[in-house]
Amino acid sequence: MTVEAMTETDYPTSESFSRAFDPEVVRRDFPVLQQQVHGKPLVYLDNAATTQKPQAVIEGIRKFYAEDYGTVRRGVYELSARSTRMYEDAREKVASFLNAPNSQEVIFVRGTTEAINLVAFGYGRAFLKPGDEVIISAIEHHANIVPWQLACEATGATLKVIPCDDRGALIMAEYEKLLSSNTQLVAVNHVSNALGTVNPVKEIIDKAHAVGAVVLIDGAQSAPHMPVDVQALGCDFYTFSGHKIYAPTGIGVLYGKMDLLEKMAPFQSGGEMIETVTFEKTTFAKPPNKYEGGTPAIAQAIGLGYALDYVTGIGLDAIAAYEQELLEYATQRLLHDVPGLTIIGTAPEKAGLISFTLADAHPLDIGTLIDHEGIAIRTGHHCAQPVMKRFNVPATARASFAFYNTKEEVDKLVAGLHKVIEMVS
Amino acid sequence: MMTAVKSPVDIQNDIVTEFQSLTDWDARYKHIIGLGKQLPDFPEEHRTEQNQVKGCQSTVWMHAFLEGDAVVVQADSDAMIVRGLIALLLRVYAHQPPDVILATEPEFFHRLGMGDHISMQRSNGLFAMIKQIKLYAMVLKMQAQ
Ligand SMILES: Cc1ncc(COP(=O)(O)O)c(C=O)c1O
Repeated sequence: MTVEAMTETDYPTSESFSRAFDPEVVRRDFPVLQQQVHGKPLVYLDNAATTQKPQAVIEGIRKFYAEDYGTVRRGVYELSARSTRMYEDAREKVASFLNAPNSQEVIFVRGTTEAINLVAFGYGRAFLKPGDEVIISAIEHHANIVPWQLACEATGATLKVIPCDDRGALIMAEYEKLLSSNTQLVAVNHVSNALGTVNPVKEIIDKAHAVGAVVLIDGAQSAPHMPVDVQALGCDFYTFSGHKIYAPTGIGVLYGKMDLLEKMAPFQSGGEMIETVTFEKTTFAKPPNKYEGGTPAIAQAIGLGYALDYVTGIGLDAIAAYEQELLEYATQRLLHDVPGLTIIGTAPEKAGLISFTLADAHPLDIGTLIDHEGIAIRTGHHCAQPVMKRFNVPATARASFAFYNTKEEVDKLVAGLHKVIEMVS
Repeated sequence: MMTAVKSPVDIQNDIVTEFQSLTDWDARYKHIIGLGKQLPDFPEEHRTEQNQVKGCQSTVWMHAFLEGDAVVVQADSDAMIVRGLIALLLRVYAHQPPDVILATEPEFFHRLGMGDHISMQRSNGLFAMIKQIKLYAMVLKMQAQ
């Protein structure tokens, strides 16, 4: 296999990104941010929904398609060998990003939604039985509610919900009461996309393990914004979406402990996930291939690798610290300078997003009017209707930050909200 | 309440002229919000779950009945921009005979460049509201026959 021919040095590497962190500098790496919307400079504050892509990711994918593209794991020819190597390199990068002990415990999926469905099917439906209990929390995304509801319905297991207090923090004493020898599985998010609450996942995991339950952490909102170490956490499954961490759409990650991945049922069956097939019996390949039936999202996985190089180049500690600074600044400014604004979600531990309502404007009015100031925020129920119900609001507006956002943009958000208030009054 | 003296085509032309005189988006949105504020009060007895129009980010209530051969439509929303859109839709559709309602497309939105974004139409529920008005027209027409 002669892969040397490939001009490896032209591909982005994490070293090439390493430099002192300055939001004004990193912003320039994101072509989409350099534009005007409705005649105003774009202020992109919907990073919890999806993030923009740095040039390194865009260029890396372009170069892959232009020079090295082929199928993976099958071809004996040069292009396939290169593609396979790059695809498996991306898996290694994910493993080191999460500090997973073994890259074979990293499964490429379409995103968090697919990862949770995979576990709800392969573990939930396969092993749950009547009398068993699954615990989720009151502040989950629908993606971490519905698959468990369906798995419970199909198996006769019961779904239990950890309640939250008025700040949006989980009530740990109630969690402890829910835990018992019937608890088979606990599935909670690391960070709530609707409130920003950072959950005490280490404690949640330890307590679940004490009763013998396995734990899935929905890391869609944590992986992009803070260092995550699955060994330190001890979780059995951890999942995140590529598109929320500056990578392409259509790619995501399920990390799972090998013994669980080995005994779980495959989710989708077909090519490349088998060892031998006869019409009588199929034996499955080992993980991760067992869960990657069909031709995978090759370029997207490779793009995810570049995105992880990019964020680790900046450093997750630096990103987390800067985003906390932005969060604090924005929280102060919104509370002090925008009349009638209420923040929904005031837990002591929060990540960089703020859900809010205004006294005189529906979130839809806020989002529509502020768009004309060039500001993109999310409005609605954020795929977390139980959270909206808990806080007695039909919807909220939500500003969510990435490391490329600036305090100046927060000021623009405040000015934009003043304009909204003026428009509706 | 006024009765329809004009055809929906003329009314839509009026709306387009009215908005074209407002050149910046601020003025247009202020106008829409202002129209929403003037929307007649929605009868409380019809503010029911059953009368909610699904498919909007805001909550929209709608109710309709026949008065002579014209359909009277009443609607409300908790979002101001949506109330304004309702006011515009009611100008075009309310107090028209069912057949006219069924044959009318809200092309003024497109002529004003307000209906360009599918995701906006979806979130403000424009499609859903028009569909609901037409459904009322169809049902009322059948009931009258
Ligand atoms: C906490 C959380 N879980 C799950 C998801 C679903 O992720 P995806 O749509 O990428 O599958 C999201 C996305 O909004 C999320 O924020």
